[in-house]
Amino acid sequence: MSHPEATGSANNAGPSNNAGSGNSAGSTSQPFDVAVVGGGIVGAAIARELAGYELSIALVEARDDVGDGTSKANTAILHTGFDAKPGTLESRLVRRGYHLLGEYAKRTGIPVERTGALLVAWTPEEFDALPSLAEKARANGYEHCEIVDAAEVYRQVAALGEGALGGLTVPDESIICTWTTNLALATDAVGRGVRLLRNHRVEAVTVAEDATTLHTSAGDVPARWVVNAAGLGADVLDRLFGHDRFTVTPRRGELLVYDKLARPMIDKIVLPVPSKVGKGVLISPTIYGNVMLGPTAEDLTDRTATGTSEGGFEFLLDKGRRLMPRLLAEEVTASYAGLRAAIDHGDFLIQADPTQRYLLVGGIRSTGLTSGMAIGEYVRDLIAEAGLTLVPKAELPDPPRMPNLGEAFPRPYQRADLIAADPAYGSVVCFCERVTAGEIRDACRSVIPPASLEGLRRRTRAMNGRCQGFYCGAEVSDLFTNSRNEATR
Amino acid sequence: MTDPSLPVRTPDVLIIGGGPAGLTAARTLAPKVPGQVLVLDREKTAGGIPRHSDHTGYGLRDLRRVMSGPAYARHLVTAAERAGATIRTEATVTDWVDDHTVEVTTPQGRLRVHAPAIILATGARERPRPARLIPGDRPRGVYTTGHLQNLVHLHHAKVGRKAVVVGGELVSWSAVLTLREAGCRTVLMTTRYASPESYAAFNLPGRTVLGVPVATRTRVTRIIGHGRLQAVEFENVDTGQRRTVECDTLVLTGDWIPDHELARWADLDIDPGTRGPVVDTALRTSRAGVFAIGNLVHAVDTADVAALDGAHVADQVLAWLADPKPPAGGVRIAADEPFRWVAPNLLRPGDPAPARRRLLLWTDELVRVPHVAVRQGGTVLAQRRLPWPASPGRVFRVPSSLLRDVDPSDGDVHVGLV
Repeated sequence: MSHPEATGSANNAGPSNNAGSGNSAGSTSQPFDVAVVGGGIVGAAIARELAGYELSIALVEARDDVGDGTSKANTAILHTGFDAKPGTLESRLVRRGYHLLGEYAKRTGIPVERTGALLVAWTPEEFDALPSLAEKARANGYEHCEIVDAAEVYRQVAALGEGALGGLTVPDESIICTWTTNLALATDAVGRGVRLLRNHRVEAVTVAEDATTLHTSAGDVPARWVVNAAGLGADVLDRLFGHDRFTVTPRRGELLVYDKLARPMIDKIVLPVPSKVGKGVLISPTIYGNVMLGPTAEDLTDRTATGTSEGGFEFLLDKGRRLMPRLLAEEVTASYAGLRAAIDHGDFLIQADPTQRYLLVGGIRSTGLTSGMAIGEYVRDLIAEAGLTLVPKAELPDPPRMPNLGEAFPRPYQRADLIAADPAYGSVVCFCERVTAGEIRDACRSVIPPASLEGLRRRTRAMNGRCQGFYCGAEVSDLFTNSRNEATR
Repeated sequence: MTDPSLPVRTPDVLIIGGGPAGLTAARTLAPKVPGQVLVLDREKTAGGIPRHSDHTGYGLRDLRRVMSGPAYARHLVTAAERAGATIRTEATVTDWVDDHTVEVTTPQGRLRVHAPAIILATGARERPRPARLIPGDRPRGVYTTGHLQNLVHLHHAKVGRKAVVVGGELVSWSAVLTLREAGCRTVLMTTRYASPESYAAFNLPGRTVLGVPVATRTRVTRIIGHGRLQAVEFENVDTGQRRTVECDTLVLTGDWIPDHELARWADLDIDPGTRGPVVDTALRTSRAGVFAIGNLVHAVDTADVAALDGAHVADQVLAWLADPKPPAGGVRIAADEPFRWVAPNLLRPGDPAPARRRLLLWTDELVRVPHVAVRQGGTVLAQRRLPWPASPGRVFRVPSSLLRDVDPSDGDVHVGLV
């Protein structure tokens, strides 16, 4: 357990003045100092970091919510970076980000469980690769890996299928709530004065002498500097600035999430030995108390293909049967497909173009969750070098205290003190995930309120459980509509 | 996380779940126990699934009259209260503290309930889309019947205009009726079986009056649509041929699983077939003083049969309260193909006949004239040709008298076909 103070309570983030879902920036004739395009974890972290300085900043998001692209459907692991390619920018930023986000999680209440990971070798070739992986970890500045024999592997995870030959421990790999991370960073950014513009899809760009105009689906957004953190769309935006340096290949990763009843089978992340094709299929506890199996890795061309597939399910079930046969006897609670922004480049691609006052943050893979805040720092330094003057703000507000979605930490339904003060926290609406009416109300009153039921699910876990709305779907919809109406009144 | 500082309630009997089974148990027990009979229900109103099943057909076997689901639910609530039971709604059981104590969250606060007898009556639900491993997009407009009926009957919400219903069971027709009330036309029903499963009496009006075509031997292979559902792809499981049907609403019916989480967290023995707790003919679980009734142990039979479990368990609970002696011995009752499960699934020496003197079974194949055999240790102890079919999608009932010659000290009993 990492931070017992990560208690669930009312979101203390104040009134929603800056974070309307559709308000246009058109009224601002004065250009922003910086427009950050992309409200995923990376964009939110950059906006938050830059907002520590005397700058006016817009966070421009195409969709109706932050974190609704690649950031919402990753494997939610806080990586040590033990398996990164040594010497890369990615390796450096993941290592730095691990500590930054770990600290930030404590302050904001983002749930983190320090589960540790066990990398398991199933073939003699994989077993032989373990020493070089341990060596690689050391080269990445991570010293705690240890090679263990098969007996120790089964001692650590008894439910594993037959045939494990040995493993490598990674005691500091952790699980984290990716949704809360994104929301905390974006809420913090707004608290520091960032203007969040949702539903603003950048369609064209005009670069002029002193300002660039982003022509968006909801009007023009002028800004002196533009940071491209557009994830799956980063290459397209990059080309609007006249570059042609990389192509994003959407790599689909499908995941199966198993019932909470499976959770006692596994209390650490079980990783495969990585191969050329990618990190492979892992089994991991989730921060919400479930067990996750996945992801697949399939290169696509369609950047909207977030559907799951028969082939993907078959592949995962086949893997699961071998990795942890007992897992398959439990029910599947959810299936997801996420798109990773894979690029034809072995590292993060973060480059400034001072003549156009433009900065690209591309090729950020699933490690972007861990490294986001470190990318924020890196971008800050790069943009300062490129000519933007940074004057630290004299005072910054405290970061927000986020509602706890973590299963390992107290949630409102468990807290007699909260319920006594406000009965809405004793009114359980979503039975499977034990989400209360109070939490749904709070989400609707928060700085960045959800624009849809999907957004509400990511803020509260409502309807994410085993019944998928059989019992609670209608009640949650009603409560959402009513809470939203009240919050906007 | 449990909290020893919470206030403690100590009823004689705690019933978890206020559906037909739990409420009937409460009504039957309340006049007969000296202390309190407490029903905890997590919904705002007790009554269970019938609350939002707004069509007739309820009450036949237990009340000997027929009424609508909501009227039946209200009737059971009133009867339990009149009999002296206490019903607390919006009360969610969150944890087991020990074998006979649970923790509960209510808007009025957290509390502990300790009772010498606990009856689990948590019911069953339909598997939602992810548990059925249906691939494709994730648009709005995909429901289970429970979700749909909650929306339409309790929240008066709109659904789409053109629906496909997956399943051919009783509940599937119930979904069609609900869709019709919501102004949504059912353009197709699909079932993976060779013939629709529900009673012929229901099928005939369904097909003629409601005019719904039924595609048999058909499974869903893909859901299509960004935002709102646009179409569903189906496959004929015999030919492998696929086709796409345009619709904005998809209702996934049946495919029941007991809502067994409390039973699982209590570490009760679980039957691999029913996936509910193992129960003997007295509806005792593997934990002394903890009973399980209704569709938690046979997902699913009709509401009236679940209710009659509640009446049946009452005498067993009274016997336990009078003389709390853990039961011993007995043999497991197992289902052989084509049956998926049988309930109850444990037979102890000296125990009463099961509720309604029936064994309940679930079949995976249609057997028009079932010739049922009971075997123990390879020997056929009894066999009988039954005049009603074993049909997928509904419970097949077998007289428990077929168990008469079972030796409760010998090996497992198998119920199958000759």
